[in-house]
Amino acid sequence: MAALLTSLILLAYVGGTAAYLAYVFVQREGLSRGGAGCLAAGWLAHTGELLRRYLTLGHLPMATPGEALFFFSWTLTAVFLVLTWRFPIRILGALVAPLAALMAAALWLLPSRPGTISPLLSGFWLHLHVLLALLGTAALTLAGLGGVLYLLQERQLKQKKFGFFYRRLPSLTQLDRLNHWCLTLGFPLLTLGIITGSLYAQLTLGRFFNWDPKEILTLIAWLIYTILLHERLTVGWRGRRAAWLAVGGLGVMVLAFVGASLWFSGYHSFGSFRTP
Amino acid sequence: MNLVLVGVNHKTAPVELREKLCGLFPDPGTAYQRLTAMPELSEVLYYNTCNRVEVLAVAPEADAGIRRLKSFLASHPEVHPEEVEHALYVHQGEAAVRHLFRVAASLDALVVGEPQILGQVKAAYRLATEHHATGPILNRLLHKTFSVAKKVRTETGIGDHAVSVSYAAVSLGKKIFGDLGGKTALLIGAGEMAELALEHLRRQGVAQIIIANRTLARAARLAERFRGRAVPLEGLEEELLTCDILISSTGSEGYVLTREQVAAAMRRRRQRPLFLIDIAVPRDLDPRINELEYVYLYNIDDLKEVVETNVQRRQQAAAQAEGLVAAETLKFLDWLKTLGVFPTIIALQEKARAICRQELKKTLSHLGPLTPSQVEALEVLTRSVAAKLLHDPIMFLKRNHHSRHAAAEITLVRRLFNLDPEEEHLQTPSRAESE
Repeated sequence: MAALLTSLILLAYVGGTAAYLAYVFVQREGLSRGGAGCLAAGWLAHTGELLRRYLTLGHLPMATPGEALFFFSWTLTAVFLVLTWRFPIRILGALVAPLAALMAAALWLLPSRPGTISPLLSGFWLHLHVLLALLGTAALTLAGLGGVLYLLQERQLKQKKFGFFYRRLPSLTQLDRLNHWCLTLGFPLLTLGIITGSLYAQLTLGRFFNWDPKEILTLIAWLIYTILLHERLTVGWRGRRAAWLAVGGLGVMVLAFVGASLWFSGYHSFGSFRTP
Repeated sequence: MNLVLVGVNHKTAPVELREKLCGLFPDPGTAYQRLTAMPELSEVLYYNTCNRVEVLAVAPEADAGIRRLKSFLASHPEVHPEEVEHALYVHQGEAAVRHLFRVAASLDALVVGEPQILGQVKAAYRLATEHHATGPILNRLLHKTFSVAKKVRTETGIGDHAVSVSYAAVSLGKKIFGDLGGKTALLIGAGEMAELALEHLRRQGVAQIIIANRTLARAARLAERFRGRAVPLEGLEEELLTCDILISSTGSEGYVLTREQVAAAMRRRRQRPLFLIDIAVPRDLDPRINELEYVYLYNIDDLKEVVETNVQRRQQAAAQAEGLVAAETLKFLDWLKTLGVFPTIIALQEKARAICRQELKKTLSHLGPLTPSQVEALEVLTRSVAAKLLHDPIMFLKRNHHSRHAAAEITLVRRLFNLDPEEEHLQTPSRAESE
């Protein structure tokens, strides 16, 4: 059962990647639909595998970087599937599908360490914290990827040099709307994720904020998104600035994950999750 | 029946002459009144697009038809007939069909692949049918033309890349705004190129059109045509707040809009993107405007550059399209040739019927009283003898219409059965021999 689900997930995500990449080159709409179908099928298998692991482990598979990426891949695909149904920005699939495939594969590529898990890593509030934070991050990741596409397209229009991507990328307005949608979805989710996390920290550790590297970096990213959302709503910021901020926010989030998990130590780093 | 086509286009005539010929009959009603009154033409289609004026006609006598069409085009009081004579081209039969196909598929255009031309030909055909100027041949030809043009478009992808300045502007606008529906376009000045761009924009569903011009009357006239709003040039800064797309084409020496003006407007617009197109020479819009954020300024050279990169892709598609046109031309000519044998077949059958009637009448007067059934039997007998006799010559005509000597064969049959008795007397012996 486990092997079947695993191969199904990887096969579907790799298939989705191939379909979307082919779509970028030949621009046949059927290919992008096929890609979305592959991702949806993979996502269902992914859901099944997560449930199976949850039931056998007794907690969400979040204790190693591999498990975290595997879980994040699931939220990213989920948000992308909702998005692609709302806004047909198909070329985004060519970025999301390979990312989802790679991150799902990380579960088997990255080493997993045996050992019992710290009791801190179970409980309803912690699961809620992880789920909300990752869903929010997935939406904001899409905003960042959309920002890259926006900057690419804007550059071509501004400099009047039209390359391979000019015809393949959607209009600036569409890409800007993607930024807005992802932000209005991702920001509240991330905020709730931060709130539930700090409440949980208050309950278990007695402090809302522990100056943990991941906490600090996430807070910086959150501030970036706050500025972006505020300026969008009040001053009418859009386009290039919004795209740059979304890309910047994504950069800080990546740093928060990679840096805080691997280089710095803190209670959010994966090394501290297991008791030897 | 001969297809003849006479006209001038951008390759043969300078713009001054084309303008005059375009304005020859501002009202198509008068043009068709004169054309349909010409006895030398049985069907006629008259069209002028931005780069051509052409008349296509079906004439029983090709030479007489061509003479008539030439004099029709030379009838403008301000042009010298000789000047027109030099610029005119004349196509007959296969060449005329191919020419029309090429025009409609936009292979003969100034900008190959330009999609507007098919629409213009369609509109001209509609006008011709309204004036009852076309008949079975032109109707069939024009419908074939539309399907050929469509086939060229879908099979070669010739129109996929924007290669006209106005079309390039529209496709750039789409990359900025996505959908142009609901957008507002502001036109400064009222040049011809700007009108063309407006036409494109309106077809894309632009919601509002504002026209600013130094002389308000001209702006008002154009505004009426595009169901827009005319404003004086002084109110420009206010209009900058509402518009999304701005096209400038004034004859002004200095800049009509400066960077500072646009920068101020952008703040008040809350940075909504603005697409500026400057097609004027000398330029109307300060090039430094493009430095502003959310402002995309394209001048005529920028647009031309977009166009040139696409032109090469189009040339490949055009080569493919020429092959398609050639094949379709041959198919149409085949049909036209089958049309050529029908009058002869009808004449044969009529001649046979006349002989039957005459002989039957003679015989009946000799035979005295007969029962109706006996009369009927005699009628059937004569008719079937005639039909059996004619069967082979008719099949010969029908079967041989593809051959290279189709016209000669028809002549042979007509002479064999003496279908044109009066002509025989008119023909000099040498002419008859040569046929």
